Amino acid sequence: MDRSFKKRHSMSTNRTFQYLKGVTTLQFSRELCVSCGRCTEVCPHAVFGIQNGIVIVQDRDACMECGACAKNCPTSAIQVRAGVGCAYAVLASSWFRKPGWFKRGSQTTGYCLQADAPSQKSPCCGGGGCCGS
Amino acid sequence: MNTQFLSPTVATLSDTWTLKDYWGAFKVRWGMGRFSYRMAPGLYALGTPGEETPVFVTGNYKLSVDHLRKALQGRDAWILILDTKGINVWCAAGKGTFGTEELIHRLRTTGLLEKKGKKLLILPQLGAPGVSATEVEKATGFRVVYGPIRAKDIPAYLDSGLKTTEQMRRVTFSFLERLILIPVELKGIIVPSILLLSILSIVGAFLVWGTSLIGSSSLSFGDSLLISFKTFFPILPVGFFGVILFPLLLPLLPGRAFSLKGAMLVLWGLITYLTVSHTFLEVPILSLLFRVIPYFILLASMVSFLAMNFTGSTPFTSLSGVLKEMRIAIPVQMGGFLVGILWLWIDLLKRGIP
Repeated sequence: MDRSFKKRHSMSTNRTFQYLKGVTTLQFSRELCVSCGRCTEVCPHAVFGIQNGIVIVQDRDACMECGACAKNCPTSAIQVRAGVGCAYAVLASSWFRKPGWFKRGSQTTGYCLQADAPSQKSPCCGGGGCCGS
Repeated sequence: MNTQFLSPTVATLSDTWTLKDYWGAFKVRWGMGRFSYRMAPGLYALGTPGEETPVFVTGNYKLSVDHLRKALQGRDAWILILDTKGINVWCAAGKGTFGTEELIHRLRTTGLLEKKGKKLLILPQLGAPGVSATEVEKATGFRVVYGPIRAKDIPAYLDSGLKTTEQMRRVTFSFLERLILIPVELKGIIVPSILLLSILSIVGAFLVWGTSLIGSSSLSFGDSLLISFKTFFPILPVGFFGVILFPLLLPLLPGRAFSLKGAMLVLWGLITYLTVSHTFLEVPILSLLFRVIPYFILLASMVSFLAMNFTGSTPFTSLSGVLKEMRIAIPVQMGGFLVGILWLWIDLLKRGIP
């Protein structure tokens, strides 16, 4: 397999796997950013890029809110509500048991009940391949 | 091995997999003992590392450690295993157990802080959601770099002098990566679908039996159960659609929301079924369509729900996106599920009347 094919293929794969548009809570402050590039090192979806030595947000809708960029930003130029994009975990969390969960603005972290109560045996939801792969 | 800076003798790791390791990996892929597949946290030596050897950090899910040591075959390395409660690096980072505090704590208790030579920590990129590199560097004097996402890229990363390519930094979700998730998902769906089929059939059987008594056509309960079972049997492929076909066909299915993709998959199934029946069995399409509508509604709701729950197994869905789709999808799925069941039960009620 030649290199150009591989590159094209990987690009198309990334586009194919884009989730809902315009939902991410990612916020980036141009003023606070010192363009150290740490965010480009940690983001698994190349949301950030470097253009002429300056960090830019190049693919906002690819953000999965894992929180790696914000956690590793030395100047707090990046803010995001980090959480797990897992419907199973949301269902297992206390969010679903409160009335009004289906209304906009009702929030959860997406962590399971077990994560809220560490005393329980399983440290994870145990649903699907999320926590074992 | 130069371990002067370490107090007790350091445990060693092998860089090859034994049959037992392969068997263990196979078992956890089927969800067997997945939450107790752990290693003791701490510092391990691979080969004969010294003061200048960098430290690789990972979690104590044994499969994570196994992939790391296999990738480092033939090399010397320090491997620092954090206590992530037996969970893989990415999930543990999300929960914070693969985190800043635990990393600093392990560096202290293993004596690594006294390391004199190269103070370099190589963390897996997917550990970044839990670790603040800035804080670790400040607290320990170690330099923190994030290595590639996949362990198999580590040899190329080391050989190029710790340079990553764009491809090493991006998560993928290839056909094979989706395929290996199927066993765990399949295992989780078998019992619930058999249970659901049993409950629906038994309630349905009472409906047929009851109405047949009133209508004095007097069916036996066994016959009623058989009629009811035959009615609900077509929902059994729900697992096949939801946890086998759906992950495999994921990139081909239209839409962005998983719940929609799941429903589309069942629509494809319906079209295929109608086409095949019409072409080969020459069944009139309209009468067939009317017969399969309740099954379509029921299956689409259930597969849509399973598909939505697959979001947690993928590496690209965000919490905000999941919440947005759940708010709309869950009421629709619940509605479809109830309509489908009631439709079939009402059909059964009619069957009892001669």
